[in-house]
Order: sequence, then C-alpha cells, then structure tokens
Amino acid sequence: MSFPKTSRRPLAALALATAAAISLAGCAGASADAAAGSTTDAASATSLADFGTMADLEAAAKAEGKLNVIALPRTWANYGEVLDLFAQRYPEITITEQSPDASSAEEIQAAKANEGLDTAPDVFDLGLAVALQNTDRFAAYKVATFGDIPAALAEPSGLFVGDYGGYMSIGYDSARFPAPTSLSDLLKPAYKGAVAINGDPTQAGSAFAAVGMAAVQNGGTLDDFTPGIEFFGKLNAAGNFLKVDPTDATIASGETPVVFDWDYLNAAQTSAVPTWKTVVLPGTGYAGYYNQAINKDAPNPAAARLWQEFLYSDEVQNLWLKGGARPARMDAMTTAGTIDSALAAALPTAPSETVVPTEAQSTAAGTLLGQKWATAVQ
Amino acid sequence: MTVLDRVVAPAAPEPSAPAPRGAARPGWAWLGLLPFAAYVVLFLVVPTVVAVGSGFVDGHGSFTLDNLAALGDPLVLTAFGNSALVSLVTAVIGAVVGALVCWAMLGLPETGVVRTAVDAASGVLAQFGGVMLAFVLIAAIGAQGVVTVLLRQLTGISLYENGVWLYDLPGVMVAYLIFQVPLMVITFLPALAALKPQWVEAHLTLGGTPAGFWRHVGMPVLAPSFLASLLLLFANAFSSYATAAALASQGSQIVPLQIRTALTSETVLGRENLAGVLALGMIVVVAVVMGLYALVQRRAARWQS
Repeated sequence: MSFPKTSRRPLAALALATAAAISLAGCAGASADAAAGSTTDAASATSLADFGTMADLEAAAKAEGKLNVIALPRTWANYGEVLDLFAQRYPEITITEQSPDASSAEEIQAAKANEGLDTAPDVFDLGLAVALQNTDRFAAYKVATFGDIPAALAEPSGLFVGDYGGYMSIGYDSARFPAPTSLSDLLKPAYKGAVAINGDPTQAGSAFAAVGMAAVQNGGTLDDFTPGIEFFGKLNAAGNFLKVDPTDATIASGETPVVFDWDYLNAAQTSAVPTWKTVVLPGTGYAGYYNQAINKDAPNPAAARLWQEFLYSDEVQNLWLKGGARPARMDAMTTAGTIDSALAAALPTAPSETVVPTEAQSTAAGTLLGQKWATAVQ
Repeated sequence: MTVLDRVVAPAAPEPSAPAPRGAARPGWAWLGLLPFAAYVVLFLVVPTVVAVGSGFVDGHGSFTLDNLAALGDPLVLTAFGNSALVSLVTAVIGAVVGALVCWAMLGLPETGVVRTAVDAASGVLAQFGGVMLAFVLIAAIGAQGVVTVLLRQLTGISLYENGVWLYDLPGVMVAYLIFQVPLMVITFLPALAALKPQWVEAHLTLGGTPAGFWRHVGMPVLAPSFLASLLLLFANAFSSYATAAALASQGSQIVPLQIRTALTSETVLGRENLAGVLALGMIVVVAVVMGLYALVQRRAARWQS
C-alpha cells in the first residue's frame, strides 16, 4: 500500500505495459476518438452550464458509457437503492462498484495506484479528515442545486461537498436497558460490561466522533478532546466499557447491547433487533457528513458529474432520508416542500446546537488520541 | 529435527562423511537448492526487505531516519512489552501443558482411539486461530455467552465481576492458549515418543529411580526439542494478529495491532511508514530470542556431541 520507494520501479513497468495495452485497444475502436473532444471539456467542467443543459450532460455521460464508484457498501445509508435507481435511469451507463468495504483512506490510495488507467475511481465518498487532506486530487464542480447546501458543509469552490450525514448517537436494546438521558447515565452499574464504540478512535472515523461527542457533552470543545477521553477512561474504570468491535453480528446476538455510532447506522439495526432504539443526546450534538468528490483524473468525467447531479437531486436526497441519514439539502427542501415529511419526522430530534470539527481540530484531536487513548482505556 | 535424529541414534558419532563428498564435487548440487531458495527469496526475503525498507522513507519517498524515533515512544514500548508478555506467558503455559499432555499420551497405545483422536484434534486446533476463534470465544464466554449465562444461572458465579476481561489482554491470552497447547502437542510428541523404554529399564536395572531417570536422562535428552518448541510457540504468539484484532479492538495494545493502525487509520493520517519501523522492531525481538535459543541449545546439546 505504502512502499513508494521500493515498489515504484516494478509498478512503473506494469503501468507502462498496461498503458501500451490500452492504447492498442484504443486504436481498434474508432468511437474512442469521437468521444475525445467532449471528454476534454467534461474534465474541466465546473458546473452544468459548461455542458449546456442536463440533456447534454446525460448525452456526454452516455457516450462514455461507464462509471467507476468505490467504497459504497450497499447497506450504508441506503446506497443500494441509490445505485439501483441510477442503473435503472441510465441503463446505457455501466456502474463498476469497486471494493465496497474500503475505508476513505483506501479510496485515495486506489486513485493513486490506478492513476491514468480506466479502472481509476471516477468519484469518491469520503470522511471529512481524508477529504480535507486530499483536495489536490479533486475536480471542482458545483451541482445545479449547490445553492441549497449549507455553506458549512461544502468546500466553497465545490472540490468536495457534504452529501448525507447524521449525529453521533447511542443505540441500545430497550428490552434490556433503560434509555440513557445523559452520558453520565452510562457510568451507572446498570450498564455494566455493555457499552461499545464502533472501532478504535485512533483508527475509525465514527469512533473518533464518539470521543468528540463525549468531549462536547462533558463541557469541552472540539479544540480539546480531553474530557471525551476522560469519559471513556471512567467508563472503562467502572467496568462498563466493552472493547470488542461491534458488528451487525454482535448487536444481533446481544453481546454489544449499547453502541455509540452514527444515528443512521444505529437506526438500521432495528431490522435485526426490533427493540433497538437510537438516542441523540440533547445539548450539543456532534454531526458528521460524508462528502462527494470527483477524481480530477476521472476516466469518465462526464459520468462522474452526472452522478453528482443525480446524488443532489430531490429524489436521491429523499433516499438518504429513507436510510435514516440527513441529506445536505434538507433545510432547503423542507422550505420548498419537496422533502418526504413522514421520513423526516421519523428521524431522532436534532440537538439544539451542532458542532463539526475543522481540519485543524481533527488533526489536533488525532494527535491527542494517539498519545492518550491507549493508556486511558487500559 | 536434528535433535530427534540424535535421540533416535544417540550412539552414532556425528556423520561427517557426506561433507567431503559434497566438497569434492561442487558441480550441480546447488541446483537442488534453487527452488527452495527462490521460494524463500520471493515470499520471505523480498516482502521483509520491502516492509522494513518502507520504515526508512518519508511520505514523499526520500530517505529518513525520523521514523526510528517512534521505537522510543512510550506507547510503542508498552505495545512491545505487552506483545512480549502475551507471547511469553502463552508460550510457557502452552509448552508446559502441552508437554504434560504428550507425557500422558505416552502411556496410551500409539494406534489407539484416544491418541489418534488427540493427535488429529491437535492438528486442527493448532491452526484454529483468527476471527473464527474470536467468535467461538464470544459465543461461549462473552458477556452474553452460553457458558457465562449458564454459570451465572446455575452457580451465581459471574465471570465478569470487574469488567469484561475477554476483550483485553487476558482474553487474548486465553484465545492464544487455545492454539498454543495443540501446537505444542504436535511438535513435541514425536520427540517424546522417541524416548526408548529400554532406557528407563536400563536406568531402573542399574538402581535408579523413575524421578532420577527424568532428571538425568529424560529431561537432558528432551531439553533441546522442548526449547525449540517453546521458541516456536513464542514466535507464533508474537506474530498473531487476527484473533487479537477481533477480540481487543481498543488501544492497539500489541505490536501487530499498532502496525494495523499505522497502515489503515482514517483519523491519524500519514503514518504509513511507521509500520515498517514497527516490523523492524518485531524482527529484532525475534532475532534476540533466536540468539538466546541458539546459546541455550548449544549448551544443552554439549553432552550429546
């Protein structure tokens, strides 16, 4: 994955061979040359206006006929339905779903490893930390509905844009445990050996957010995660902290009956455990949005941009809502009356205040967790 | 295995005849080594060099020694301490318990049902690590596991009065023992089986006691192979990853988990090259253990030559 010095030469040879193979294949097909003119335009297009109309964009994307997506688990925030709808609407475009379970960091690695090849991912779906660190790999593009997206969620030039997200929540089996009304409830003996977080915060984005949420709920700020780390230290000392990684299986079996995770992921557990409930604590909520971005070296630049327009359409924004996630255009759609109000009403109530960490805060918290986390929970 | 040969034929002097024969005709003999050498280079030497080499470059691919400083980081040192402790404890317990099982099986007929069954089961269980083993433990002695619940209902004893230790280092040790003991059985049983009954008879005939036999004959003969098995168990535990990853997900307490964090973290970015340095540290630890083993074995085997 990351052995640049030693592996460069064999990789270069491989890339050369592949490039040769591709150019040979290119000679055989006359259509490749015909599409080349529009392809150059598509790669530099920053909005729908550069194509003309939506119909022009659709035509350009259909001419490419392909779209490579990566790291989109079909059970994550309703991605399965979203992908199926795209395939149904544009049957001329073949979607290749690469490594659905890859992490955000691995998406960028895949783009580097496949640079210049037609197997490179066209679009990314990224956590904020990874998106902020890799803006030089993205093409700026503003979807037609860009104005509806809150400024806090989007990079101003459209290099990456928040799409769907939610609040850090506590999911619990209501048949076995009382509803937690504050974090300190979880320190009580009733929750002995029951509380887990989704991964190690020095490693997984959602676990990182759990510690951030504990920090702001305990009077801290995002500038300093210490109160959050201390909370989990106390939870561990009380014998309530479970260090096993919760999965669908451990939740279904009852081994991890109380789990810190994004509300849309906790909400999905009701299908396995009917008594599973999701609580977003009142006060300060910790929100996290996943971001869409276009690979600046996308092999199918028009299809990549069509995918963005599609994702921010009313219909797909409502599909996120169906998956329990909050779409980026939610406020504007509520005003316009295009939101699915029944689905919106089913979401956990949003806390009065919402915080999202900046890049500097993320980096500082990551460093702090690296130093303190392991000893805090030992 | 050389140890075994000596045990089987203790009287034979070191057969030094083949050496001059090989030296006289250097010709094509080395060709026979080629497939194995190619295999070792391709699957052991190259990956090791690449992995360790990655520790000496920075994010842009230029040479640096900065990553080495991480080996002095207190957290990394703790991880190495934990790894060594887990490996040592499970290797010693595994070796002692495994040796006792072997000794008990000596009393059974070699082709009997029990011995065959234990042999077969050991062969399977010695390879039964990873996520499967972790889930077996979670289902059996997890906080809601079958055994845990039964114990609590029948006897009122709670396994987890002071917190769930299964998902911590003690749990990792329990999990490792499940494959360490059988591994000891399959590696040590052949050595033990090579102890000839005639030696005991000779010892007793000459007025020795059974305890004296073990002290003066059995243990010295078996010591080198026991130590070799112990070393194998240590290395086996030291390099295990998947079982611990599935059980103890918080804090990356052992070195292989630290390597995982450095390679795949979404939250602490840009530490991929640290993994190479950690790998180097692991190689050094195993090299030291191998060196110690070589010293001890030379001493233990002195009387045999």
